[in-house]
Amino acid sequence: MTDAVDTKGRAARGAGPEGPLLLGIRHHGPGSARAVRAALDAYAPRVVLIEGPPEGDAVVPLAASPDMVPPVALLAHAVNEPGKAAFWPLAHFSPEWVALRWAAEHGVPVRFIDLPAAHALALGDGDPPAEADGEAGEGGARDGGPGAAAPGGGRGAPPAAEELRLDPLAALAEAAGYDDPERWWEDVVEHRGTSARAPAPAPDGPAPARSAPAHPGTPSGAASRATELTEPRRASEAPDPYEPFAALAEAMAELRAVHGDGGHRRDLVREAHMRLRLREACKEFGDGHTAVVCGAWHVPALAARSTVTADRRLLKGLPKVKAEVTWVPWTHRRLARASGYGAGIASPGWYGHLFSAPDRPVERWMTRIAELLREQDMVVSSAHVIEAVRLAGTLASLRGRPLAGLGETLDAARAVLCEGSGVPMDLVADRLVVGDVLGRVPEGAPAVPLQRDLERCRRAVRLTFSAEVRELDLDLRKETDAARSRLLHRLRLLGVDWGEPARSRSAGTGTFRESWRLCWEPELSVRVAEAGIWGTTVYDAATAKARSAAEEAATADGAALARVTALAETCLPAALPEAVPVVMRVLADRAALESDVGHLAQALPALVRTVRYGDVRGTDPVVPARVAAGLAERVCVGLPPACAVLDAEGARDMRTHLDVAHQAVTLLARESPEGGEGAGSWSGAVSGADPGSRSGTDPDPVPDPVPDPEPKSVPVPGGAALLGRWRGMLRSLAARDGMPGLIRGRCARLLLDDGALADEEAARLMGLALSPGTPPAEAAAWVEGFLSGGGMLLVHDERLLTLVDRWLTAVPAEAFTDVLPLLRRTFAEYEAGVRRTLGELIRRGPLGTTGDGPASGGALPGFGPGLDEERAGAAADTVLRLLGAAADEAVSPAAAAVAPAAPGEPATAAESAALGESGSPLGSAVLSGTAASGAWGADELTATAASAVATANAVTKGGA
Amino acid sequence: MTQSAERTALRETAETTAHAETTAHAETPANAETTETSGSTSHAEATAAGALRPHAEDAFAEELAALAAVDDRPRPERWRLSPWAVATYLLGGELPDGRVVTPKYIGPRRIVEVAVSTLATDRALLLLGVPGTAKTWVSEHLAAAVSGDSTLLVQGTAGTAEEAVRYGWNYAQLLAQGPSRAALVPSPVMRAMAEGMTARVEELTRIPADVQDTLITILSEKTLPVPELGEEVQAVRGFNLIATANDRDRGVNELSSALRRRFNTVVLPLPATTEDEVDIVARRVDQLGRSLELPPAPEGFDEIRRVVTVFRELRDGVTDDGRTKVKSPSGTLSTAEAISVVTGGLALAAHFGDGVLRAGDVAAGLLGAVVRDPASDRVVWQEYLETVVREREGWKDFYRACREVSA
Repeated sequence: MTDAVDTKGRAARGAGPEGPLLLGIRHHGPGSARAVRAALDAYAPRVVLIEGPPEGDAVVPLAASPDMVPPVALLAHAVNEPGKAAFWPLAHFSPEWVALRWAAEHGVPVRFIDLPAAHALALGDGDPPAEADGEAGEGGARDGGPGAAAPGGGRGAPPAAEELRLDPLAALAEAAGYDDPERWWEDVVEHRGTSARAPAPAPDGPAPARSAPAHPGTPSGAASRATELTEPRRASEAPDPYEPFAALAEAMAELRAVHGDGGHRRDLVREAHMRLRLREACKEFGDGHTAVVCGAWHVPALAARSTVTADRRLLKGLPKVKAEVTWVPWTHRRLARASGYGAGIASPGWYGHLFSAPDRPVERWMTRIAELLREQDMVVSSAHVIEAVRLAGTLASLRGRPLAGLGETLDAARAVLCEGSGVPMDLVADRLVVGDVLGRVPEGAPAVPLQRDLERCRRAVRLTFSAEVRELDLDLRKETDAARSRLLHRLRLLGVDWGEPARSRSAGTGTFRESWRLCWEPELSVRVAEAGIWGTTVYDAATAKARSAAEEAATADGAALARVTALAETCLPAALPEAVPVVMRVLADRAALESDVGHLAQALPALVRTVRYGDVRGTDPVVPARVAAGLAERVCVGLPPACAVLDAEGARDMRTHLDVAHQAVTLLARESPEGGEGAGSWSGAVSGADPGSRSGTDPDPVPDPVPDPEPKSVPVPGGAALLGRWRGMLRSLAARDGMPGLIRGRCARLLLDDGALADEEAARLMGLALSPGTPPAEAAAWVEGFLSGGGMLLVHDERLLTLVDRWLTAVPAEAFTDVLPLLRRTFAEYEAGVRRTLGELIRRGPLGTTGDGPASGGALPGFGPGLDEERAGAAADTVLRLLGAAADEAVSPAAAAVAPAAPGEPATAAESAALGESGSPLGSAVLSGTAASGAWGADELTATAASAVATANAVTKGGA
Repeated sequence: MTQSAERTALRETAETTAHAETTAHAETPANAETTETSGSTSHAEATAAGALRPHAEDAFAEELAALAAVDDRPRPERWRLSPWAVATYLLGGELPDGRVVTPKYIGPRRIVEVAVSTLATDRALLLLGVPGTAKTWVSEHLAAAVSGDSTLLVQGTAGTAEEAVRYGWNYAQLLAQGPSRAALVPSPVMRAMAEGMTARVEELTRIPADVQDTLITILSEKTLPVPELGEEVQAVRGFNLIATANDRDRGVNELSSALRRRFNTVVLPLPATTEDEVDIVARRVDQLGRSLELPPAPEGFDEIRRVVTVFRELRDGVTDDGRTKVKSPSGTLSTAEAISVVTGGLALAAHFGDGVLRAGDVAAGLLGAVVRDPASDRVVWQEYLETVVREREGWKDFYRACREVSA
């Protein structure tokens, strides 16, 4: 460490017999990568040593495979604990990758020389200063940091004691007068190779003659080195492949002479191991035939003289776990700093471009930006590109840089190509600066830890993989079943559809029951392997996948809201507490920007369902409840204006949304966190407000006069208040003229069903809606809205029935045919019994005169006082033919009531037979409804009727 | 020196006289240049004393001189300073000799650097932004630093005619002597071309589209033909043009894409933080209030903060804490509008209230500023009230006041 001169000699001289070639690099630096290739070509070593886990030696041959496409990552994980893992991501512009490929092409063996992953993983766990995490925090650091990025095991646990760690590049950059180490590195190293080839633009730019203010902690030697590095190299100079490494090594040596390990304490151990391995290799292949590719930070330490014994002593007694290493595919996005397992490079796409562009990197880069923008139908001409390149050059010279870097090119592109707008630039940043590159790993790569973890989880919940389809009923109140459900849900999130949710047998109350159909198909193993890029355990992977899906949806356009809601609905049962906040945030954001009330209303039920599920599964329902309440609020505000101008079609859609949202809001008010006591309190509160409900025109229910029983204990979502506002909105809708009849009728009905609208008030509203002045079609729509979804109302409230009947009899003949389809649709929804009872009631003659109840006739409800033999006889033949001779004793009106499910004329005939001649137009409407519906009643009825027809057929055939 | 004095006097007079002055310069370009250099310091003092608002190059003459003294970097032809020095002049900083340059523009460094670099290439610069983002200010200072003269200005209005961009005629001379160079009245743009200076066009989008397009030849061919004389004026090195335009206002004439292509565009952002904006609004309201002779509102600061917060949140589409997204209304919601809302509220409080600015005083103005399109904006506003304002700690009175005026 002290002998800087020696370091320089060894690193620079290269082929000299006295030492191996030490290539200090910056991980993921394209300039370094280029330089490494040049140096290796010149030196032609017989062995290449790379900073990385020695366990990886076994999988090195895979790197030569043509199926291996970077970005990939070397993944080391503890065998028994798949959650404990570390990644060494490699892009095609990573110097390590270049060295690997060089070795593969030249048939030279490769050895990884870093501290074995077995130790690193074990250390990463128990060590309080959180070494492993530190590596990630350092951002796969500029340099000197180990190549490993975030280890999987340390999720959510930032280094407890954040020591002051030296970022060597930052120190050098500061010494050179740069405030941004990234830029310094770009200027000094990355642009070095390229500026020599490309004609430097903007020759009028001032030379970057920066003063080097003596940084207190930086030795003057390092400062001068750094400044020296900063000097632009003359383009005419013959390139010396070793020169950049020598200069960098020297600067690092100065730094380390002052800072020692710079706070990276484990580095000493790692370097000791590297030295031992290096010595081994030198002994085997000869000093002059060994090349080392490692972080520049380590170069001085590797060059330092140290005894074997001393190094061994450092390595003694290290904890150990059983570790395995494999390759996993990686993506540029994950290389980028922003994402979780990032390697600390903000711009992998740019680096990739710098590495792969044969010449003129700025011009080519700008052309690529232009191509991307043209794909988006933006007008970008070659003249634009020319101007952008010129501006980038001028900017670079203004900023005193040797060549336009990423910042300059992006600024120029924004000003020239995008007319100053940031929106297309976001696209550029996403597609080009980061890029959509996905790596590939050959089939033969060892199993990923996710598979092991799945195996472990599967055993823990006692499920077996079987290719046979089988049903599984889960009771979520039981521990094992809940765990099973979680596992299956997580796998579904990962695209591993081992279990498909089946419709619960105990349908309806599905809050604590769940049914699955399990089937393990061979290709699911492949899916698991693919899902390996998301994480090393099922939990981690599902969390990462859910987050990424949410973030994707956050920027997507189109039906994103529905997608996020669906995602939320899968996330909650999968119990991913770390993903839920992200999903919920995205959901809230999308909801805020959603202008279509319909979409909002559709999103609401799913969300409310998740709130309910939360209770059973023990997840915290507060966040979803709050988001749901916000969503409900938005629907509440947005619904009235949205209803204002609607045609018949739109009104029908809106009615569906209204129903759905109403149900959800009611449910939410009951389920919101204060629901326990609140359930009682709101109903009391609201019925108290009822007398005032006639003033439904007031759209402002907020200063609700209703005293909240426990105002202090109600948390933010405030279910009762929400419900109050919701009903206020319904009331105002029901009473507002100009709204479609369907909506108004529906609102009145919803309020009535909730007990929030007095009977007299409902009658008044109906009277208003059905007054003679209203166009019949509008009134019919109102009736549809009011009456659909359960006809018991009409059965029990004769006053309403009378109103409808009177209105219908008053409809002029020419309008009747227009109204009829609407009424048919309405009545077709009713259950058979209800419909029959209604028909019966109507038949009994002019309504309103015999107001003393249906039972007064003395006969069974729905039937006349006696059997009209003549009329029944007319239908008897048909019924007999339908039911067959065996059923002849069953020929009764009851049997006839079953029959209409059979298609065609007989049904109508039977029906009319059963009911007799109807006494009023309403009766006929009811009947037509029956006939039109075709699918009446429940499934059993259909089944019965079908079997009856079958029997009849059999009988007929037998008879023949 | 006499000419310099004459110039100084002329500057404070109306535009018509300015034409005469410019004619004089066009006739004797060499003479004009010497006046320019020798006169800049002396007339600075003369102007600063009398003018209500001195030009940038006069008000900051000292800083410009100091920068020029230490500036050893290469300067593009006819530039007073190097690009680096121009950027430093706008962004502020300390010079090697210890003198401090005040920042003229507080905002992202990138914007100024791109703007200066654009001028150094021969592309024209278009400064875009909503009202009150210092477009004019930046363009004035850029021209002052680059060319030492920020007065070559065409003010864009709906009535700006082609003569204002190209050239007009002195009709007396035209009739007396026929078309000649002497009868020609050059526009500021023409002068800038001939002398290699920076011309400015303010409010480019207000200018009718056909007049805008006369700039196309000037910007692409760098020449201005005078068919009446069979001549042309060619731009010399150093000529460039800075235009400012408003991209959110209604009733603007969109730039044709042919013209747009000839500009590099820099969008000036709104104030970055709430604190900045509250500060700007409070200071401006204070100034306006004094000139309107309103009593100062001692308690009104909270209200200003709330108004600014509402404006920012609606404008940005996200709440200040970054937790909740909200829809943005169709209006611009610029800082300038926030200022007028607060000033209006202040007047209300002073004349009809107890002199203390309260929520009720600003609510109506706020509603008017936000709800520009009655159909869509009202929903946006109500949604914002219900989902954001209602639940905010300590905003109850504000919420009530807003509901009252919105009902």
